[in-house]
Amino acid sequence: MLITIKYFGQIAEVTQKNEEQIETSASHISELLDALNQKYKELKNKDFQIAQNQELVATETKLSGAEIALLPPFSGG
Amino acid sequence: MTIKKPKNVFIEGPISSDFIGNSIYKHQTKTSIGAHNIFLGQVRSDDIDGKKVAAIEYTAYEDMANQTFHNIREAAFEKFDLTCMHIYHSLGVVKAGEICLFVFVSSPRRKAVFEALEFIVEAIKADAPVFGKEIFEDASHQWKVNN
Repeated sequence: MLITIKYFGQIAEVTQKNEEQIETSASHISELLDALNQKYKELKNKDFQIAQNQELVATETKLSGAEIALLPPFSGG
Repeated sequence: MTIKKPKNVFIEGPISSDFIGNSIYKHQTKTSIGAHNIFLGQVRSDDIDGKKVAAIEYTAYEDMANQTFHNIREAAFEKFDLTCMHIYHSLGVVKAGEICLFVFVSSPRRKAVFEALEFIVEAIKADAPVFGKEIFEDASHQWKVNN
């Protein structure tokens, strides 16, 4: 399955990009996260939440979305 | 049934006092309103380990944030007796002393606007995927965290 992953704030500093498309066979968010942790070693030291199709999800959620986003702590306003 | 597309609340750069003044002016035709309440978020020049914050650069997961603002709006109308409400948030660089958030609520009576404004601003801080990079005077930076 081809998915788009978006990175924001200090997470984008770690990945050095704002988004990328990856081909994955992961069935759950946690598996996708394992792959990303492999690719970006600094990621495990960072605090972030995950959104699937623009809704926050837990890592044990099934990977079903076309768009995943890694969101660091919010600091609007 | 039509699905309402969330409005875009983002403005590039700081929110000017002209823009805010004009928003107030535009409500003079809505004569059922008896009370407005306004929150203005201003970039604060924090002193962190001897370095001063010169500006905050805002980015956002815009689609999700606009949906979040839309949900906050719906919840506020449900909870409080409001005639109208507006939210504007900056993107990009906003210097210390400039306005980065403008929330404007209106109601026939004052009690609703006091309560609604606090609810809305707290919800924005907690739930909107907006990210602020605090840029120091020496051009180094750190990421702001709301608490």
